Amino acid sequence: MTLSAPGSVQAPLIDGLEAVSRPVVEDLLYLEAELLDAWNLDGWLQLYTEDARYVIPATDTPEGDPDRDLVLVDDDRMRMTSRVERLNSRRAHREYPHSNTRHLVTNVRPGTPGAGVLPVTAGFAVFRFRNGRGTYYVGRYDYRLAVVDGRLLIRHKRVELDLTALRPAYDVAIIL
Amino acid sequence: VTLLDDQRTDAGFFPRMVDEDTERHRFRVHRSAMTSPPVYAAELEQVFGHSWLYVGHESEIPHPGDYVRRPVGGRPVFLVRGAKSGEVHVFHNTCTHRGALVCRTDRGNAKTFQCFYHAWTFDTDGRLVGVPDRDGYGDGLDFSSLGLVAPPRVENYRGFIFLSYDPDIADLPTYLAGAKEYLDLVIDGASGSVEIIRGTHEYGMEANWKLLVENSIDGYHAVPVHTTYFQYLAALGTDISAGVTGFGRDLGNGHAVVEGDAPWGRPIASWEPSFGEAASQVIEQIRADLVARHGEQQARRMANTSRNLLIYPNLIINDIMAVTVRTFMPTAADRTEITAWELAPRDELPLLRERRLDNFLTFLGPGGFATPDDIEAMESCQAGFTSGGVEWNDISRGMARLPQVNDEAQMRAFWRRWSEQVEPAPARSGGSR
Repeated sequence: MTLSAPGSVQAPLIDGLEAVSRPVVEDLLYLEAELLDAWNLDGWLQLYTEDARYVIPATDTPEGDPDRDLVLVDDDRMRMTSRVERLNSRRAHREYPHSNTRHLVTNVRPGTPGAGVLPVTAGFAVFRFRNGRGTYYVGRYDYRLAVVDGRLLIRHKRVELDLTALRPAYDVAIIL
Repeated sequence: VTLLDDQRTDAGFFPRMVDEDTERHRFRVHRSAMTSPPVYAAELEQVFGHSWLYVGHESEIPHPGDYVRRPVGGRPVFLVRGAKSGEVHVFHNTCTHRGALVCRTDRGNAKTFQCFYHAWTFDTDGRLVGVPDRDGYGDGLDFSSLGLVAPPRVENYRGFIFLSYDPDIADLPTYLAGAKEYLDLVIDGASGSVEIIRGTHEYGMEANWKLLVENSIDGYHAVPVHTTYFQYLAALGTDISAGVTGFGRDLGNGHAVVEGDAPWGRPIASWEPSFGEAASQVIEQIRADLVARHGEQQARRMANTSRNLLIYPNLIINDIMAVTVRTFMPTAADRTEITAWELAPRDELPLLRERRLDNFLTFLGPGGFATPDDIEAMESCQAGFTSGGVEWNDISRGMARLPQVNDEAQMRAFWRRWSEQVEPAPARSGGSR
């Protein structure tokens, strides 16, 4: 599979959420990490359902509710698409040229499927290097996965940062 | 040239950093103002030691005993509502005994603050109420004088709490000068009662803090830097063809504003397609209320115009696609810590609150579609300064016309006041300050 070609990106095929084992979940999360690090953002979008949501709460309110509280990122599918278009353009100045990133995903723990979704938690570290400067983001991923047309996709991704303030990392122009 | 100027030149920066020549329509700022460590050191004392600085909003501590802690002007303080008195206090965050921080969590509710070092205990009105093994002290020691210490001046303007480390500074309303009217406009436009939404943007940049002052009130950069945001608006169906039009104003005492017609929707009370049909009626009602209360002209200003307000030296209230309250503080000449909150009408309908949060995030904040690019621009300037060869920044735009929203009159207002505080004027040389 070529990571740079969006058309070739395929989420894992599965029979149903009950049949999903940890290695299958890991395959999906590792694929997502690889796509982000390869800056194949169109491919990244293909791992998400049409009703997806991508949320990063503020560093002082990791429990924050994006419908009531100020968060850092609260994207629905439409805004995820705009974010990708923005980052793919040469006019997202903070990310042109792009950072080198490395998304490391670990401690992957699938929960019990219910209401059509499989909850998964994982630990992550994302390293970002640009212009000779390095920063990092560390925290916990909270996923809800769903099966659409026989493929395991991401319906919800919530990124709770362990950083007590975003200051050392400056901003979150990249996708975590 | 005064002795002070001579010393400064020796310390490595230009004696006059702000240079205005009205005849030649030229206003320029020497780049050492952004790069020099001695200038940064002078600012800590002469700017941040002698201005009114934003501490927080009283909605952050609604209940008796509620507190938040944060640095203000680079010094750790905390804001607390007295459990018994209900009064809002600001205290230096240091034990009167040997100095440890007495408030060690970012927010919460407390009956007392106990220093963990020797367990001296203070109540929420600052009184020293507990000293272990008090017998060890002589009768002559006055414990009542060892309560927590407030900064020399603390004032509350319609819920916005400020402090000053200068005991002799003018009262807050006088200091606010023309900015007061704009603060009123933001508050009254939000139905007269506002609150800070939970959740804080705490980010940073490797650039001088004054670049963020300029950037926050700069209409000129909006189109070239924020193309991706305007494209996003257009994709949502918002008509942005009119662009950002309006004017810039010097509000006195270093405060300034740019105000203009907003191409984006505003939850108070200008609907755009992305808000959805359900929000349309509610927004119409809010608008009708604003007209009833403030008249058509003022209501239109509240609902349909945006304003980026600078309250000197480091408070920005941008009432644009949502309202952000942003303060920032240098930790070095080339490093700034930024803290931003979202301000909204108190008890806003959930439907509108969601639209407001949404509107805020698309443009604002370190994960938005615009703020990261602003940070990139400011860091790029800071990096460019180190190249040398060019000594001055040019801030002359709009000197020969009625200042427009994309001119630089509002920045000149800031720089003139900054110059008064940081570099002694020739006429005043030798005078104490």
